[in-house]
Amino acid sequence: MPDLGQYAAEVGLAYGVSVTLLLGIIWISAAQSRRAKRDLDDAEERWKNG
Amino acid sequence: MSLWEYANPRRFMAFTDRVVGPAFALAAITLSIGLIWGFFFTPDDFRQGSTVKIIYLHVPSAMMAINIWVMMLVTSLVWLIRRHHVSALAARAAAPVGATMTLMALLTGAIWGQPMWGTFWAWDPRLTSFLILFLFYLGYIALWSSIEDPDTAADLTSVLCLVGSVFALLSRYAVNFWSQGLHQGATLSLDREENISDVFWFPLLLCIAGFILLFIALVLMRTRTEIRRRRVHAITIRERAA
Repeated sequence: MPDLGQYAAEVGLAYGVSVTLLLGIIWISAAQSRRAKRDLDDAEERWKNG
Repeated sequence: MSLWEYANPRRFMAFTDRVVGPAFALAAITLSIGLIWGFFFTPDDFRQGSTVKIIYLHVPSAMMAINIWVMMLVTSLVWLIRRHHVSALAARAAAPVGATMTLMALLTGAIWGQPMWGTFWAWDPRLTSFLILFLFYLGYIALWSSIEDPDTAADLTSVLCLVGSVFALLSRYAVNFWSQGLHQGATLSLDREENISDVFWFPLLLCIAGFILLFIALVLMRTRTEIRRRRVHAITIRERAA
């Protein structure tokens, strides 16, 4: 771990916020993708079966 | 094969099915190397101390915030001119990613600004234009969600995108237009004398590449989601009519 000196809190906070935002948008996008795929499979199945 | 053939949703889905996974893997590798290099193996700045390490997050996210809006502008124009649904859906898919990047740029900038400027926020031209850009992203997302007919929503959000482009460009050139304000001039320059030192530049370049790859992976995945939602919407309408 590098010595961040007097600015350790600011640097840590910036990295924490950024990683949270990046992981957040990836997680939300993946969850929406899974749900859309499931919804489409259900809708196509329903449509085929009349 | 022409690029326009990917405007066919089936071709787009088949192509991106093979591309999304590798794009995420490449983004993760590039971003990890860039951030680890920048965080652990670069020196402190003689004036800004260790806060210079925030540059590896702040600059790429700010660049992406502006360029994602430009990408949305291009795809919106393609929709308005050629009426390709995939391009309108790609613009919609990109907006939440752009909003996230803009928020990241604003937050990391505020955190960096506090120890350097003595304040988290100032009504500086670049900061203010970025805040307005963030509000445009939110407005764009809200407008898409508030209109039921997809084509009408695509038309209106495309017009909003054209208007918002003024602020995207203003955000990009604000530091050049106005010399007043707290924000420093452009960090990156083609002029070697003005560009940042190589010791910061190379890891920063990797981080920028990582952010671009991550955006490509995300926007492809999200566009696939939008295409699937559109199909579900079409089937639901057919079921109601039957």
